[in-house]
Amino acid sequence: MGSEKPAVPYSSVDLDWAEGHTIESLKAESTQPIPDPVAWIDEEIKRNVLVSSVDYVIDWARRSSMFPAGFGLACCAMEMVATGTARFDLSRFGMEVFRASPRQADLMIVSGTVTWKMAPSVKLIYEQMAEPKWVLAMGSCAISGGTFREYYSVVPGVNRIIPVDIYVPGCPPRPDALLDGIIKLHHKVSKISIAKRH
Amino acid sequence: MTTLLSAQNVSKELMARFPDMVVESSGSAVLVKSQALLEVAAFLKATPGLDLDYLTLMTVVDYLDYFEVVYLLTSLQHNHSLTLKTRLFDRDNPSLASVVGLWKGADYQEREVYDMFGIKFVGHPNLKRLFLWEGFQGYPMRKDYL
Ligand code: SF4
Repeated sequence: MGSEKPAVPYSSVDLDWAEGHTIESLKAESTQPIPDPVAWIDEEIKRNVLVSSVDYVIDWARRSSMFPAGFGLACCAMEMVATGTARFDLSRFGMEVFRASPRQADLMIVSGTVTWKMAPSVKLIYEQMAEPKWVLAMGSCAISGGTFREYYSVVPGVNRIIPVDIYVPGCPPRPDALLDGIIKLHHKVSKISIAKRH
Repeated sequence: MTTLLSAQNVSKELMARFPDMVVESSGSAVLVKSQALLEVAAFLKATPGLDLDYLTLMTVVDYLDYFEVVYLLTSLQHNHSLTLKTRLFDRDNPSLASVVGLWKGADYQEREVYDMFGIKFVGHPNLKRLFLWEGFQGYPMRKDYL
């Protein structure tokens, strides 16, 4: 019991300025798109028999049960949700489990407009996902900023802050387009060798 | 259905109470001088017969020469509404009395206006940026931003 004020570890003003600082520094370091992590596909890797059959099994396992992180940012998220429903049936590809935790997810579907205020969180979620991980940019906003490209508040393409594996264009892309992108990602995954990744 | 109050009738009452403070009235909108805004708002809220106890929305229009702050007021008791407007001519340092004390709903809306137009609301309990981050330069919804 005491009449003095309890010690406050921080003030909300400090928190706000810290957030502002995080955003500004992320903005300053994200002026160029991160190149597509696709270079390894073109490289001819001399595989021995053992590695390639291990690769085959591992890639089969990875692409057949790819769990997306449940992560909707804007209007595109509605189409992503629709993709998970019975009509389009994402579970045909072993993907119906949208994980609530990034630590259990393999695929991040960036569905919608990424604002600079949201960008540190998007990056944090990506970093929290365990390897191997893939990113799918859904819709023109996530690809390049879309309509909002020149805006003061919008990241001009999510590939400024995280590497993107597959781009699905559209505003919004239909669920069929998203499924097509996911199947293309599966093809991509099946070419990965454990001997060389990134 | 919500009926619109006649601004002429309301401004007659206001002029009797606050001489020289009503600039014009047309349709259902009353335009008052900015220094009298808080008193006028309190009057509109507390006067029997008007009882404008609910702030439907508040927003700002940038006309480059001045900012026009718009309050859309509704009475839940009588189911009528009135638009209250005021103009701020100081572009570099616009400030206005906060109406959070009268209508709690003005809290976030005033913060949004501060965030987007840079209008300071004197007496607001927690006036800081709402959508943008601290350290952001400028006020993006102003017509001369960019
Ligand atoms: S691409 Fe179109 S549908 Fe998708 S988030 Fe952007 S504006 Fe919305």
